[in-house]
Amino acid sequence: MAVTDAGKTSPIEAAPLPAPPAEAPLKRFLSDFADSRLALGAALLLAAIMIVAFLAPVIAPQDPYDLATVSVLDARLPPGTENFAGYTHWLGTDGAGRDLLSAILYGLRISISVGLASGVIALFVGMAVGLVAAYVGGRTEGLIMRVVDLQLSFPAVLVALILLAILGKGIDKIVIALVVAQWAYYARTVRASALVERRREYVEAAQSLGLSHARIIFRHILPNCLAPLIVVGTVQTAHAIALEATLSFLGVGLPQTEPSLGLLIANGFEYMISGKYWISVFPGLALLLTIVSINMVGDQLRDVLNPRLQK
Amino acid sequence: MSETPILTLENVSKRFIRRLDAAEKLVNVFGADRREQVVHAVDDVSIAVKQGEVVGLVGESGCGKSTLGRVVAGIHAPSEGRLLWRGQDVESASAELQRDARLKVQMIFQDPMSSLNPRMRVRDIVGEAPRVHGLVSGAGVKDYVDDMLLRVGLDPSFRDRYPHQFSGGQRQRVGIARALAVKPEFLVCDESVAALDVSIQAQVLNLFMDLRTDLGLTYLFISHDLGVVEHLSDRVVIMYLGRVVETAPTDELFREANHPYTKALLAEVPRIDTRKRKFQPVKGEIPSPLDPPPGCHFHPRCPFAFERCKREAPALKEIAPGRHSACHLNDGG
Amino acid sequence: MNDAPTLQVTDLKTHFFTKAGVAKAVDGVTLSVNRGEVLGLVGESGSGKTVTGFSILGLVDQPGRIVSGSIRLNGEELVGKPEADLRKIRGRKVAMIFQDPMMTLNPVLRVDTQMIEAIRAHGDVSEEAARERSREALVRVGIPSPDERLQSYPHQFSGGMRQRVAIAIALLNEPDLIVADEPTTALDVTIQAQILYEVQKLCAETGLAMIWITHDLAVVGGLADRLAVMYAGRVVEEGPVDQVLDAPLHPYTRGLIGSVPSHNRRGARLSQIPGMTPSLLHLPEGCSFAARCPRADDACRVMPPLEGFGPSRAARCHHPFTAENDGQEIDLTFNE
Repeated sequence: MAVTDAGKTSPIEAAPLPAPPAEAPLKRFLSDFADSRLALGAALLLAAIMIVAFLAPVIAPQDPYDLATVSVLDARLPPGTENFAGYTHWLGTDGAGRDLLSAILYGLRISISVGLASGVIALFVGMAVGLVAAYVGGRTEGLIMRVVDLQLSFPAVLVALILLAILGKGIDKIVIALVVAQWAYYARTVRASALVERRREYVEAAQSLGLSHARIIFRHILPNCLAPLIVVGTVQTAHAIALEATLSFLGVGLPQTEPSLGLLIANGFEYMISGKYWISVFPGLALLLTIVSINMVGDQLRDVLNPRLQK
Repeated sequence: MSETPILTLENVSKRFIRRLDAAEKLVNVFGADRREQVVHAVDDVSIAVKQGEVVGLVGESGCGKSTLGRVVAGIHAPSEGRLLWRGQDVESASAELQRDARLKVQMIFQDPMSSLNPRMRVRDIVGEAPRVHGLVSGAGVKDYVDDMLLRVGLDPSFRDRYPHQFSGGQRQRVGIARALAVKPEFLVCDESVAALDVSIQAQVLNLFMDLRTDLGLTYLFISHDLGVVEHLSDRVVIMYLGRVVETAPTDELFREANHPYTKALLAEVPRIDTRKRKFQPVKGEIPSPLDPPPGCHFHPRCPFAFERCKREAPALKEIAPGRHSACHLNDGG
Repeated sequence: MNDAPTLQVTDLKTHFFTKAGVAKAVDGVTLSVNRGEVLGLVGESGSGKTVTGFSILGLVDQPGRIVSGSIRLNGEELVGKPEADLRKIRGRKVAMIFQDPMMTLNPVLRVDTQMIEAIRAHGDVSEEAARERSREALVRVGIPSPDERLQSYPHQFSGGMRQRVAIAIALLNEPDLIVADEPTTALDVTIQAQILYEVQKLCAETGLAMIWITHDLAVVGGLADRLAVMYAGRVVEEGPVDQVLDAPLHPYTRGLIGSVPSHNRRGARLSQIPGMTPSLLHLPEGCSFAARCPRADDACRVMPPLEGFGPSRAARCHHPFTAENDGQEIDLTFNE
């Protein structure tokens, strides 16, 4: 197969490659992911939860924020009761007379939005800090990592609680609190994998090719650190949702008018003893399903993206 | 000398220092004796490489040959000494000249897997640097990359593939194409064929030789494999624990080595022509570069060592035209 | 003297059942090793040489398994034996040395603990006797101050010393056969020579049989009595080391030898084998080397058998370089 080119002496290596070439990485990723039926189920469930949560205004039978449609006369109806307007509350109603199914859908929307927004912002903050620490090294790295250690040595709930006590209530405030409570996890993850990547020969090659530091960090090192970042991102988003629920349950998170799942659970809590279980249990179930499915997807992502487990 | 060498190392040293961390400083306060660890990876090395020459750099692990290669390629700055590019000090040159000099020296790495960015396609791996440095226009990149791939014996249709879709030999060719893309005049090859199978190794070595004639490249060829170095080099430099112990034209070195370490090395290289041989190994282990023996670093393993070798490090002296050796035995001791 | 070989492998097939298909890593290997003999098993990556070694020790893991064939150690069939029996044989009658000695050594245990355990796992020996035997084993592989070394942890040894300890552990129960998989590849030249020296001495003194798996023709050239050259899961040539290296029958062996730089004129182009090793998932019909072979023709579409050439040699080729048809022209063919 030694094709000799007219002017050149090098034989062209045109032999067919061992593996069928150019199998789309995405396709391989999807097929690897689908190896676990459980994870596939979790991913589908998660997708369904996300869709109904974001379509809440369209599909929810009632707008729980619209005080005109909510009647206190309907308060605490058990699941399956028909109200005066002839409408069936399949999951019952809460203490304020809101349709629980609608409240859960809207609550999910808020919980997931808060989780995603804080996760994404924390990811970018942590990623930038971690990359700089790993690439620059020396005192800068030492200083940054001590701050990260300090941050991680406080429970996230505590950090968020203190911040919210200072900032007050509101979606923006809780997102800020969650970002502050979580950026350090991302920074530590990115730094760990960037440290490994930085020592690889392709980074030395990029240096000797005279590429700028910014280019080396963002075009060469960063893409190789994404896999662990995605995994941590998934798990941390689940944490963020749980944390937000905790904070709302404690009454420092979101305002009563825009209840998230945590607040719904808290609202129903006082009625638990009187046997009106549904007000707390159904939002609780929704929260549980969301977090468990995110975590299962995260676990499978870790298995699929782990380079040590790849062929 | 009539001709300015293309690249000169003047008394270059490179030290790596592992500083104490906070915990170690703390235990020192309480009386522990933790010290900074200093590795003299390269210790006062001077080499001049002529235009078009192939210099083989040979040594065992810990001898500093890879570090020296990285100093030459501009990846590490020397701790001491000067690096001259065509007679000009690179350190004190203008930023522009510095960049040019750096681009003129490119490195080919050992591990064909980790030396290519796994998340980049071949066209970006090869085309990125020339585009960034304005060697080629955005529209011309594709043709330029194709040219480079052809040059190293790869089918240009491979340009859209990722490194993991190549075999080891092909990956090494991609690495060579990446280096050639910035029009270098000097290649540092750090164990560039060590990880390849014998038959593939021959293909890549042939490629290096072709590039030398086609492009007039100068090489610093770093290897532990004396057979490869003998085949390729005009001149050989032998290092042991950070120091150069002998340099000589290849023929002369392999005909009659001067330094006892070189002799031991040559005697122990397995050769395909020697069968059922009696191995007569040199005794002892390679000392840790953290704590090299005083005097001549080789004296604990040297069969000819005498009193002076333990005290005094021998200087690299000319023993014949073009030949240098660092051994006290040459002083008529 | 007993004439039966220590190890007789016949038509061994070890296949790996992967998602992408069946990889025939070992596909019909036949070889034998006699007492006191060193067999060099040579091949490039993907030739199946390591899997052959693992198969002999019964160490092939999922998704791989031995599909057919026979492995007889001193006449005893190993294929199909239950894992419990194999474990008794491993370390007692056959031992393996790996490229990375840390495959054998446990990093958190002292060397003496590991060695004594290895002895007592295979026999009722008192601790003192076991310690004495461990000490002797260390002396035998040339480790200075063995008493002190016994008390050390693996990380306190250099790479070469670690490999010696691994060899000493392999020797502990005086096995009949040692399978060594590239044990000196990661070592420096002077350290490699020390290990080769010890191994050579051991085989000559104890009558131990050894399979030395390597890609490096130069190393086995100096060490082995016989060579078996593997390509794409099969032995393509076998014979005494001098005959194989000086007058190779198979074009692949010839190409391999031609690729060694020290075998070529300095500065000249090396003779190279064009192309690359075929994937074990998609082996071509017939001779797997045909696509890279300058002698290939239509006959090569049928797999050639492993044919005998004289009393001690064999090759798997339709067009071998025998005395009648040998010529210098072939080196030129490879060079083009």
